[in-house]
Amino acid sequence: MATITTVVIGAGHAGLAMSKCLTDRSIDHVVLERGEVANSWRTERWDSLRLLTPNWQSRLPGYGYEGDDPDGYRTMPETIAFIDRYASVISAPVQTNTIVTSVCGNDTGYAVATDQGDWQCRTVVLATGACNIPNVPAVADAVPSQIANLTAAQYRNPDQLDDGGVLVVGASATGTQLAEEIHRSGRPVTLAAGEHIRVPRVYRGRDILWWMDITGVHDERYDEIEDINRARKIPSFQLVGTPQRATLDINALTDIGVNLIGKFAGIQDGKAQFSGSLRNLCAMSDLKMNRLLNTFDEWATENGLDDEVEAPHRLPDTTVEDSPPLGMNLTDGRISTILWATGYRPDYSWLDVPVFDRKGQIRHDGGIVDQPGLYLMGMQFLRRRKSALIDGAGDDARDLSDHLVSYLAG
Amino acid sequence: MAESESTCDNGVNVEALLGAREALTDAPDAAQFQWRATCEWKNGTHSNSTVEGYFGLGEEHKHKTTFTFDADHPEVFASEDLGATPVEYMLVGLASCLTAGIAAVAQHREIQLNSVIATLDAGMNIQGILGIDSDVRNGFDGIKVTYKIDADASEDDIKALVAQSQKRSAVYDIITNPTNVTVEVN
Repeated sequence: MATITTVVIGAGHAGLAMSKCLTDRSIDHVVLERGEVANSWRTERWDSLRLLTPNWQSRLPGYGYEGDDPDGYRTMPETIAFIDRYASVISAPVQTNTIVTSVCGNDTGYAVATDQGDWQCRTVVLATGACNIPNVPAVADAVPSQIANLTAAQYRNPDQLDDGGVLVVGASATGTQLAEEIHRSGRPVTLAAGEHIRVPRVYRGRDILWWMDITGVHDERYDEIEDINRARKIPSFQLVGTPQRATLDINALTDIGVNLIGKFAGIQDGKAQFSGSLRNLCAMSDLKMNRLLNTFDEWATENGLDDEVEAPHRLPDTTVEDSPPLGMNLTDGRISTILWATGYRPDYSWLDVPVFDRKGQIRHDGGIVDQPGLYLMGMQFLRRRKSALIDGAGDDARDLSDHLVSYLAG
Repeated sequence: MAESESTCDNGVNVEALLGAREALTDAPDAAQFQWRATCEWKNGTHSNSTVEGYFGLGEEHKHKTTFTFDADHPEVFASEDLGATPVEYMLVGLASCLTAGIAAVAQHREIQLNSVIATLDAGMNIQGILGIDSDVRNGFDGIKVTYKIDADASEDDIKALVAQSQKRSAVYDIITNPTNVTVEVN
């Protein structure tokens, strides 16, 4: 058994940012990675995906974008290369192809068992990501057998699918992007939309995420907002990163012929049922978007920026037909695939430490887990609104590594 | 917008609601409620329903008053019209649920309500309930709720109240989403 001060689990951007901060603080550590650096980006993403954040907004401790397209959005190979290079720039002590099989607390800290030998350490940083297991609703079990069920994690490109119609469930970034790509491939898409967050890609000539950054919204802290549990569950923005910087919202999809339908509610007698709440959810999205844009406008005026950016503008309200269908026959051959873009949850099946709440989530205070010496990284709104972004890993890693150092000093 | 918390009073005890939310987060069993009604046939299509007890917070409760409701069908259905029709009670349930929600959300957001009036319309093709056309459903073909709200807030803030109320409404959820119904005879 090897002994070390800190084991970081996961060599994605979050684990690497933590590694850099630990090195800066002279904490000896190892980063254990089940596959290669940036493994999820290599193995769990569809082919056409680009990052939703502009290139300049991937700032990591001691690293950032140096190319000539700061406003562009990285493709997957570019993202992998970016994170790979970070690992070598910071000389991260990564041990690849090492699967952690269990983490247990003991008298001197934690025992970390892997398929490549065991470690004893005083502190552990969990940086295995928030998107390990697709969250497919139980109703998927009732889908008639002639229909193919696919999750976004399994999807790579439209050629994988039969030629028939596709029901895409979920209208966040993933669902809207896949709905567009699949519909354009000639397979008619129906999109079942629940609660969703609509934003323009570019607002007043600037990227929406530039606004989130400059106005301080991305920096809002977990201990300063009203309902952190709710904030941690907010779905991802409806966004796509394209060279055209196009806005991808429900209107853009219905304009190309995607059929819009309410939230997937159930299956009865081979018939899918959809909620009658679609109109309200779309109205709510429009109102929330406009409220967000109002705060940007107010900020621009207060900070004397009105002359530097374009004039304020608003998108037309989401168009919803008067009586959207509430049911769909799943046995008449019109739908051949259901694609579940219904979110993800983390996998902690290997974590044998009593830190879970009744919903199976880790109890933590801004990443300081409810068990001394254990830390969490890379989760939605962990410490700040940007925590789950590449751009958010740096501040969280600095805070948490500071805490880790003071914990070790005891 | 209201000037301060003290000037906004919609008669909703938001502190108590927030307290309950906090307490019930860690006590999921106490959050389990059971609502009840009994209904007795009178004559023809006339029935009388009673609402009295319910279960919640781990114990039995009783309303301060026993509420009764006559339901019947109108004379165009050859009935005696001794009460509202059951489908009209659905509208009453939806309207009162959404309206209560608007008051609660407004209080939480410190928006003073001056008046709130909802008008509901629900279309129904009775070829469904009469069994004339099996392609026509028995129930409403849609429900339209129109709110007229006078409040100390912007138009968008008022719309957001109404939207949030739908998001949190039990009756709205019951009507817009499927619910398993089990009917037994003992």
